[in-house]
This record gives sequence, structure tokens and C-alpha cells, in this order.
Amino acid sequence: MTDISARDHTWRDDLRRLFRSVTFDIGAVIVLFWVGCAIFGPSLVPHDPFADDLLNSLLPPSSDHWFGTDQLGRDVFSRVIVGARDILTVAPIATLLSTLLGTALGLTMGYFGGFIDEALSRLVDAVLALPTVIVALLALTALGTSTLTVLFVIAFSFAPIIARTVRSAVLTEVGLDYVAAAELRRENTFYILFVEILPNVLPPILVETTVRLGYAIFTVATLSFIGFGIQPPSPDWGLSISANYGMIGGGFWWTVLFDSLAIASLVVGINLVADGIESTLND
Amino acid sequence: MLIFAGGHLLPGNVGRAMLGPFADPTAVEVLNHKMGTDRPVLVQYADWIAGFLTGDLGESYAYRAPVAPFLLTALANSAKLAAVAFVLVVPLGIFGGVVAALYRGRAADRILSVAGLSATVVPEFVSGIVLILIFGVWLRWFPISATWKEDAGPFTQLYHLILPSIPLVLILFGYIARMARAGMIEALDADYTRTAVLKGLSYPQVIWRHVLRNALLPTISVIATQTVYLIGGLVVIEILFHYQGIGSLIYTAAKKKDFPMLQAGVMAIGALFALTTLLADLLYARLNPRIRYGGRE
Repeated sequence: MTDISARDHTWRDDLRRLFRSVTFDIGAVIVLFWVGCAIFGPSLVPHDPFADDLLNSLLPPSSDHWFGTDQLGRDVFSRVIVGARDILTVAPIATLLSTLLGTALGLTMGYFGGFIDEALSRLVDAVLALPTVIVALLALTALGTSTLTVLFVIAFSFAPIIARTVRSAVLTEVGLDYVAAAELRRENTFYILFVEILPNVLPPILVETTVRLGYAIFTVATLSFIGFGIQPPSPDWGLSISANYGMIGGGFWWTVLFDSLAIASLVVGINLVADGIESTLND
Repeated sequence: MLIFAGGHLLPGNVGRAMLGPFADPTAVEVLNHKMGTDRPVLVQYADWIAGFLTGDLGESYAYRAPVAPFLLTALANSAKLAAVAFVLVVPLGIFGGVVAALYRGRAADRILSVAGLSATVVPEFVSGIVLILIFGVWLRWFPISATWKEDAGPFTQLYHLILPSIPLVLILFGYIARMARAGMIEALDADYTRTAVLKGLSYPQVIWRHVLRNALLPTISVIATQTVYLIGGLVVIEILFHYQGIGSLIYTAAKKKDFPMLQAGVMAIGALFALTTLLADLLYARLNPRIRYGGRE
């Protein structure tokens, strides 16, 4: 990671090594599967995921309903497949927002240092002192439950973490000759930050963003489970578990198990991808 | 100095968090509740901080009763749950990290790292559901609700708390193991370890007396910072297992728009965070030979 110019030439090597990494491949297959479900799911599933059929409620898995039916007689298999949609829309947008905000913040902190860095670092510490779920509960109680609020809460709580990563990456760059050269050429600050420094700190940003995407899914799912995230009648996984876990003692395991496995596989998949990227870039 | 900064930072933070509920249209609703909420936010804030320091937390809107007793019971319950989780996870996490470091780069290390990381990203309610299904519904080894009868003894209570604590253990294991591993590797590569090996100490002696002590220092601070995370996790676990702790208190308060309760709960978390950071710093100083020897000899 020390010789920046050498890295550019090995970009293709990096990619080849990335695809050879077993953890990355397994992760990528899982993630792509769910992305495929999110995009094409609604036209592929055997039943309408929203159609009530009260005469056939709470049926165990069978050849007609592979994963059984829920309280309202809706097909669980179809709901699990289509359930990928909302979370895979909200979480990536929230991650993207937090990456943009965090990168801008981190570049500013690392490049200017001094008072600006000090003041912004305090702000970052303050945000990090409360658990995201609690921040989300407060914000959603105050502002009302909406997907937009969920989006901003996640972007707002994750940006400081990304800012911290970017800041420490920038700190090793500001002392280098190319930055000094750009300053001597009297480039404007915006140019130095985003055109000179940013490309050189992209690898850690990429890793952090992938990791954050996993946590964004974690958070959206958790908020949906406690009723403050994605709202009914969405077939969202966290929401379905929340609606059905009360009957778990009655043995209706199929109403919650498949949604749980879906969430677990998606976050683990993203995590494996992040792990693969990280170890490839650090070698 | 860090503790000082941390302590000063938190009230401001919670204050900002509180500003949300007050600055909003819901404040109109709050107005109806006889409170002096038409005063400037800062005045209320000062009032409330003063109240908090003297133990007066105000009255709950939902229960029409002082907040403090509810808060104390909830904190005590959550402390029990968190204690079970910590007692399980700290030795496990450190053991996992140490094993991974000793087998660095080999299969055991990769498996532990990937499994630990994967466990860390699975939401608590997901692992909780799967655990309830397997151990509560199918095998019937553990009760599926964490609430026990009034007169339950400590062992019955512990029995009820094992299942709810496992999702928290799963999440924390990855963090602790990762830090322990990093600390171990650094200590294993250090000059003093080389010296210890070269002067003829046996392998277990080197590990126990020279490596472990230095390796585990950073892990302590990680464990302390994870308490913030742990409280976020408690919200979900306490809802899932019907347990009356600080997490479900905050959740219920948020649902019922019971602001005094909500504020007291969040403030308690802030105070708890400051306290654990302080404790971790003290423990760190106690265990760090550089500080300890300097003081004694």
C-alpha cells in the first residue's frame, strides 16, 4: 500500500486475484442471487405474494406452497423471494449517502487538520456514542415512521465511521510530494481533495463501504422487525418475522425460519465479499 | 483526559438527541400534558439535567408515575442479561483470538476469522429466532420467554437468560476475537517475545508470561466500547424474548411517545457508556506493566 503508482498497474491483477478468492466467490454468488430475486422476483414467483387466502392460512410446507403459508394464507416462498426488494433498495441507497457524506467529511478533516479536524472529530465521537438503533428510535419517534427517515438515520449514523476511515487514509497522503506539487501549482482546494487525493484513498473507502452495506442491511432489518422500518404490506423479511414470531410457540416455524435464513445469508454474503476485497487489497 | 472529554461529550449528545422530540409537531401533544414545554428548549434542558443529577427524572406520561423506579428495575434486569452474555463471550472471544493468532494463516485462523465476522453481521433477532426454534420449540431445552416467576431463584433466572444471551454472544465474539488476534500477533512479533524465546523459556511460559499480558490490553478497550453496541442489541433481544429491561423500556416509551421515560432511558445509556469507558481506562492502567512498575518501584 506504500507505492501508489505501482498499485494502478496491478489493478487488473487485483481483480483476477479477487475472483480467485473463495470467500469472495461464495459471497458474490449469494449476493447476486438476492439481487436477482429483488429485480426479477415478482415475475418469477409461483403465487402472488400479496394475495390473501384465509381458507389456506398457516399451511405447512407442501408441493404447492414450498415454504407453507402465513396467517393470511399468503405464500411464504413467494414472499421471501420478493422480500429482497425493499431492503435491497433502502440499504444500498443509505450506504451510498453515508459514503458520500463520510468521504467529504473525512477528506476535509484529514486535509485541513487543526481546529476543523478537532471540531468535526468531536461531532463524530458524539454520533458514535449512541447505538444506531437508539438513534433511529429517537428520530423515528420524533419525525414519524417513514422509509426516508430510516434512510437518513442510517446515512447520518454511518457517515462518521466512514469519515474516520477516510481521515486516517488521507493523513498518510497529505505529506506526500504529489499533494505538495498540486499546492505549489496553486490548484484550488476542491481539486486537490477530490481529484488528487480521493483516487488514492479509494481502496479503504471501497472496503469500508462494503462492510457498511452489510451493517445497513442489519439495521434496516432490525428496524423493520421492531416496527420502525419498512412498513406493511411489504413482504420484507424483518417485517414478516415481526408479524409471525408471536406464534412461534405454536410450532409454525415455516413462517419465520425462511425469512431469518434469507437475512442471515444476505448479510453473510456481503460480509464475505467485503472480506475478499479487503484481503486482496491488503496483500 | 480522554475520560474527561467523553464525559463532557455525552450530555451534549443526548441533548441533541432530545432536541428532536421537542422541536417537532409532536411537541403540541406534549404541551397538553401540563408540562412547561412552551419554554425555550435550552431552559428545559437545563432544568432536566438538574433534575437528573438530583435523581428526579420526572413523571412518565404513560404510567402517571415517577420514571426512576421503572428505570432502576429495567437497568437491573438488563444488567443480569448483559452479565450472562459477557461472562460467556469474553473468555470465548479471547480464546478464539489467541487460537487464531497461534495458527496464523492456517485453516483454523481463516475459519475462526470468517465465522467470527459472519456471526457479527447477522442481526440479533435473526439468530434469536433460529435459536428459539431449535432449542425452544424443537428440542425444548430452554424456555422461549425470558420472564420468570416472581419467586424464581438465581439458577432459574440464569436458565431463562442463557438463550437470550447467545445472540449477543455471537455478535460480540467476532469483535473480541479479532482484537485479541491482532494483539496476539503484534505481541508474538515483538522483540521481547524473541528475547524470551532466545533466553530459553519454554513455549507455554513465553505465551503465558510475556505474550498474553501485552496482547490483551487493546482487547479491554474494545470490550468497553462494545457496551454501546450491546445496549442497541438489548432492545431487540428484550423485545424478542419478552424481557423487561432497559431496551424494552426505551422501545415501549418510543412507541407510546412517553418522552420523560424515553429521555431518562437514553440518558442512562449515555451515563453507562461514560462509566464503562472510565472503568476500562482504569483497568487498562492497572494491567499495563509500564504504568504499574512506574508507580511501585
